[in-house]
Amino acid sequence: MKRGFDASADPGTAPLGCPVERSGMVWSFRSSTLFLLLTLFCLASGLSAAETELRFCLRTEPKSFDPLLTSNDAEETIRYLTGGVLVRVNRQNQQPEPELAESWKISADGKQITFKLRSGIAFSDGTAFSAADVVYTMQQLMDPALHSATGDAFRSGAGAVTAKITAPDRVSIIFPEPVAGVDRIFDQVAILSSKSPQKESAVLGPFFMAEYKPGASVLLRRNPNYWKKDSQGRQLPYLDAIRLDIQSNRDIELLHFRRGELDIINSLDSEYFDRLSAVSPALVHDAGPSLDAEEMWFNQVARAPIPPYKRSWFRSTNFRRAIAQSIHYDDLSRVVFKGHAQPAAGPVSPANKFWFNDKLKPYPYDPDGALKLLGQEGFHLQNGALKDKDGNPVEFSIVTNAGNSFRERMAVLIQQDLQKIGIKVSVATLDFPSLIERISQSFNYDAAILGLTNVDLDPNEQMNVWLSSSENHQWNPSEKTPETAWEAEIDRLMRAQASTVDPRKRKESFDRVQAIVMEQAPFIYLVNKNALSAISASVHGASPVILRPQTYWNADQLTISRGAR
Amino acid sequence: MVRRLSCAFLLIVALLALFAGEVAPAGFATQFREMPNSAPSRQHLLGTDDIGRDRFSRLIYGTRISLLLAPAAALLSTILAALIGGLAGYLGGLWARCAVGFVDLFLSLPWLFLLIMVRGLLPLDVSPFVSVVVTFFILAVLGWAASARILCAGAATLRQSGFLLQARASGLSGIRLFVVHVLPNLRPILLAQFWISIPVFILSEANLGMLGLGVAEPMPSWGGLLREMEGMLSLSEAPWKLAPLVLLILVVSCFELALTKREFAI
Repeated sequence: MKRGFDASADPGTAPLGCPVERSGMVWSFRSSTLFLLLTLFCLASGLSAAETELRFCLRTEPKSFDPLLTSNDAEETIRYLTGGVLVRVNRQNQQPEPELAESWKISADGKQITFKLRSGIAFSDGTAFSAADVVYTMQQLMDPALHSATGDAFRSGAGAVTAKITAPDRVSIIFPEPVAGVDRIFDQVAILSSKSPQKESAVLGPFFMAEYKPGASVLLRRNPNYWKKDSQGRQLPYLDAIRLDIQSNRDIELLHFRRGELDIINSLDSEYFDRLSAVSPALVHDAGPSLDAEEMWFNQVARAPIPPYKRSWFRSTNFRRAIAQSIHYDDLSRVVFKGHAQPAAGPVSPANKFWFNDKLKPYPYDPDGALKLLGQEGFHLQNGALKDKDGNPVEFSIVTNAGNSFRERMAVLIQQDLQKIGIKVSVATLDFPSLIERISQSFNYDAAILGLTNVDLDPNEQMNVWLSSSENHQWNPSEKTPETAWEAEIDRLMRAQASTVDPRKRKESFDRVQAIVMEQAPFIYLVNKNALSAISASVHGASPVILRPQTYWNADQLTISRGAR
Repeated sequence: MVRRLSCAFLLIVALLALFAGEVAPAGFATQFREMPNSAPSRQHLLGTDDIGRDRFSRLIYGTRISLLLAPAAALLSTILAALIGGLAGYLGGLWARCAVGFVDLFLSLPWLFLLIMVRGLLPLDVSPFVSVVVTFFILAVLGWAASARILCAGAATLRQSGFLLQARASGLSGIRLFVVHVLPNLRPILLAQFWISIPVFILSEANLGMLGLGVAEPMPSWGGLLREMEGMLSLSEAPWKLAPLVLLILVVSCFELALTKREFAI
């Protein structure tokens, strides 16, 4: 009997001394076990072959799965794939479109938005979707104790934001002051269930979170109750699951993609793009300029511990414009980003179709013009070195974050460009916490290069940068009153565009803000990086765009065929 | 034979670095922006880097910086180690215990984070040359502890030796005893520690360079040059990027091989 369980024994030979029947019984048992195992294996492989699973990486660990508390890319990805929203900004035409709300209406004074909701929709756990869920979600979102960044976008003035059911399928949300572009903000509000015991785990999006292995992966499974169907009446999404591997190392991500273990790289940098393009040109996609910009600015803070003569340079518009004209932006795009970036023409990328001021052009590369501008301020060349009117040699440092090779390279190129007009620049790289401490607390720096990531299209999202009283007004944060006339004008224009709901008037105001920024050059916008991605040949239906999430914005309509790898 | 070969190799590298201005085909900061990331050619023996600088020229200039300043840093750290470790070992008793405790504490510090912190506190508008000197100075000031421990043990052994007892019996004491009798007898340990510290400092600078916190641009150093290896997948496409690593391995190995058996044993 014991021998019968010995898996190492050859089943074709009966052990000596064993009766034939017994040997047959052993053989029979082994065969059954083998058959059972084979069946299970085939069943398992059959299942996995039939299951369509999309795989890509999250580059950071999600800290929270509460869709009202997203704070990083990973959390936003999960919210996008699982959350059902009233309004979705179409990632291709950048226009808001109905989702859980069939339609909506904004009142003339901009203080109220009324949604008409779709009927017959259920959460992933089967509980019905109703107007009460929208009210519940808004109450949760606007709870001051929650500290939700999404909720802050709705806070237009003193007073509470209220939501009320006006009919079984209608909800009105009332704001104390007008909220410009309010419908677009609902793109980020995932509706929660007021009744489900699963709370935020009950979702209305195409997928629900099935499994989370900290540090390893997040598994999203198809929501069986998802409300959308395709044009032929087939239930969406097509995919059975999405596996999100948590992986911050981009080399490893690229390696896994090349091995076919990942289907999508949502955001590539130009180096990896070219490397992948060299071996698989059909898999990489350059969607053109993204919303992200790289910029340089000078420290204009009055209390900064820098010599007064340097502060007077940095506060001079002509000095800043001269620096802006001495930088070879085409070289930055071509050399540093290998052609996968465009010289920037102001604070808004041309990717932002509605808000971009198309009258603005990038600064021309004009060192002679720069020297003329500097001459107006008393700067002069002496033995090839630029000196100010008091004879101080023009030397300053540019600081950026260590480890970002693109910014370091841009700084080195700018260093050489400025050398041509006699300016000596030293490049310093600091670890990120030290850099942030310098640019936001001690103000012990001359100039900095950093990048700005724009997630939202609406200029209201940039209020914290443009208002002179803001902490993120990087060149001179937290001004008690605007220190220059043009900053006062920017303050006025930004408040004006925020207080009206007329898109044309808002655009006029924000166009003027962009023009002032280009004239005064408090930020010298360097380049807009292109939106680069990679998609495996096995993924069908993908159409990369410049808005996040670039590749899986239509995740509910993607299909995958494993044979196509 | 191996020792001689190692010394000869180090001499050749040192001479190349010393006469970098004459040997290098281009300046270390000259940007050939029309040909970034180019493959080796007659004009650029090791190709160009990401912003079009001649990689061979930068390697030679980088060697000059690393090979001149690493020994300087090693000398400073050995002197500090001799003073702290040697004196503590010679004095013995409470002094030695306090010194050893201090050294152990120093060794247990997360030196990399300490370096990053110190680097973050330095002024930003320093010239690249000053940044080089400052980087190696910080390395020297923070890198003496391991040598001090060995020197402390060596001095403690000497303190018990017969010749020192005899010197003490003949009336010698204090600093004179330490300078005339202890330090000369610590010389082999000092030399070995100095010799061993050089590659340690080269590698430390390389580590800082890999983090982007080493020598400021556009000055090249081995650490800065090694950063090109960050994208490990590209090495198969551009193996010439390995040149700084190969040179670093060869030089560090030669420093080790150049030690005599006796020195190595120490």
